[in-house]
Amino acid sequence: MKYTNGQKTAPIFKNKELLRFTTAGSVDDGKSTLIGRLLYDCKSIYEDQYEAIKKYSERKGEDHVNLALLTDGLRAEREQGITIDVAYRYFSTPHRKFIIADTPGHIQYTRNMVTGASTANVALILIDARKGIVEQTRRHAFIASLLQIPHLVICINKMDLVDYKKAVFESIRQEFSQFSAKLDVKDIHFIPISALHGDNVVDRSSKMPWYEGTTLLYYLENVHIGSDQNLIDCRFPVQYVIRPNTKKFHDYRGYAGRVAGGVFKKGDTVMALPSGFTTKIAKIDSFEGEIIEAFPPMSVTLLLEDEIDISRGDMIVRKNNSPEVRQDLEVMVCWLGKRPLQLSGKYTLRHTMQEARCIVKEIRYKLDINSLHRNLEDKTIKMNDIARVVLRTTKPLFYDIYRRNRTTGSLIFIDEASNETVGAGMII
Amino acid sequence: MGNYHLNHLKALEAESIFVIREVAAQFENPVLLFSGGKDSILMAYLAQKAFYPAKIPFPFLHIDTGHNFPETLEFRDQLIQKLGVKLIVASVQEAIDEGLVAEEKGFHASRNNLQTTVLLSEIEKKNFDAALGGGRRDEEKSRAKERFFSHRDEFGQWDPKNQRPELWNLYNGKKNYGEHFRVFPISNWTELDVWQYLVQEEIALPSLYLAHKRNCINRNGVILAASDFLPLMNDEQTEEMTVRFRTIGDLTCTGAVESNADTLEKVIIEIETSRQTERVARADDKRSETSMEDRKKEGYF
Repeated sequence: MKYTNGQKTAPIFKNKELLRFTTAGSVDDGKSTLIGRLLYDCKSIYEDQYEAIKKYSERKGEDHVNLALLTDGLRAEREQGITIDVAYRYFSTPHRKFIIADTPGHIQYTRNMVTGASTANVALILIDARKGIVEQTRRHAFIASLLQIPHLVICINKMDLVDYKKAVFESIRQEFSQFSAKLDVKDIHFIPISALHGDNVVDRSSKMPWYEGTTLLYYLENVHIGSDQNLIDCRFPVQYVIRPNTKKFHDYRGYAGRVAGGVFKKGDTVMALPSGFTTKIAKIDSFEGEIIEAFPPMSVTLLLEDEIDISRGDMIVRKNNSPEVRQDLEVMVCWLGKRPLQLSGKYTLRHTMQEARCIVKEIRYKLDINSLHRNLEDKTIKMNDIARVVLRTTKPLFYDIYRRNRTTGSLIFIDEASNETVGAGMII
Repeated sequence: MGNYHLNHLKALEAESIFVIREVAAQFENPVLLFSGGKDSILMAYLAQKAFYPAKIPFPFLHIDTGHNFPETLEFRDQLIQKLGVKLIVASVQEAIDEGLVAEEKGFHASRNNLQTTVLLSEIEKKNFDAALGGGRRDEEKSRAKERFFSHRDEFGQWDPKNQRPELWNLYNGKKNYGEHFRVFPISNWTELDVWQYLVQEEIALPSLYLAHKRNCINRNGVILAASDFLPLMNDEQTEEMTVRFRTIGDLTCTGAVESNADTLEKVIIEIETSRQTERVARADDKRSETSMEDRKKEGYF
């Protein structure tokens, strides 16, 4: 599939890194305005989009062009002036391409924050400088830590409304730091901003000379995300078996999948789970030809030296570094379903490429997100609740704890009657 | 330890291949929606990569409005032959002739909406349980809320306020009989990513995407290709212009942009500095503020 209307001149595009971040804040913290500001100042808003929201803002009698309208796309969202669902936005700078999962701040939509957080490298949490830390802030910070987002940025917004005072920023920072000491977060940054006026978003603010840190965009462009992947424990969940059944590739049997951890090389001694058979990697294949090393999140095809029986859901690992193989799991679950979690209830689980059924053996406690208190009395787990549960599965799962590997440590609960995704689980 | 990181195009490619393989694994009877436009050409190419050296294990479906650019059809047939996949063509003209749908009337008549009925009827007739599409979240505001695996009820409808949460890379394709999924493997690509990738991978495209001379009509600021399918309004005249297309769909509602970019590299430079979205030239999106959302709820691509 070559194009032939010119010489072969394929340019090498600048090696941009992909960074995914999620944004959270409570209602009216200015989150949509902040995203609008990032997109606008990074020139990722097109004229026709800008004209459309300008017309809409004028029609609604608003004083300034409402950048929030860029992210609120659904009819119901525009009518109610709120964000309902996770929206994905894109912009890029010369060094990075950014994917924003913009999640709504309403309490009933916490499940959206979990969704957005599940794939994020960085979480932005907005705090209204006038209001300080509120219940939502604690909830968002806790979810970011629960979901093991490696980097947390606390944007203290609306600094223009507190006269850009250092004292306000410092007091919020201290209060947050006290709270976050109880959380499992590796890297926290604080930035005073005004999304409406653009202070410290893309350009440095002249109104806050006391602030010596970087702008938000500078942080996003430079935060080190190279070590966010697990490159130590080799994990290859088999997704699909490729058998061409053609004359040319008569004996070809390739195990297609996405590397979930570690670095795989030709010649490595590997073990297949659950069978436990060991063999060597004969070749790492792709459409472009042989690949020397496969690492996360590459999608590749492994060919093995010996013919052993492997199918979807099995896992190829390094011989002396295996994951846990168990049927009894301890899981932190964020409940997403309309019907409460049922003790002794049966659910279908999806974990890596495996599907298994499970029974909820025990609800250990419900977590109060504001106080981080473990509630041992009230164990009714409703939508947006977080609980620690014990599961028994129909067959062994091959997993790592979520702290060690977000791919092999995560699972979802599916309701067997409605087929809905009703829970997000992190194995501990 | 070496530098183990993928650049953005390779990372997007890996994600898309993963999703395409997941469709082949989770569904019994998937189909790839193929329009002949650049996004569906990209999809075909990624599907080829996903299953190499085996053939793509599902057919392609073209919903044919009958208002095609001849270049698109020629290109489509060559590509299908090269890939060795089965092509199903569902014709809007036939659906009109059979009385399944009625043609819109007036100068702004378009067969765009009729495609939905034809698509849904084809999905029902052939029992397709997943339809892979080349929709991207950066295209339009309601698409920004779309999942990779997007559930459709038995009427083929999308319920944007009640979508399944989609966490990590765990895709839930469970459904009841008669329901289906729309799957969007290139959700996270932007228009510029697509163009850069097409150039980097040297993927052939229909010549319509490069600047060429053509007789056009300027209607409400949208430049449309003059053709027998598009009756002229009273005071309209055709004029020869140098144009290229940023999207390719039904000839009667796909607008062109004036451009001298006659190589893909020049196209990329134009896109990088462009101040308008690619859908600005789509007459079908201009009908109302939420026209894409409304069409999508009914089962549009």
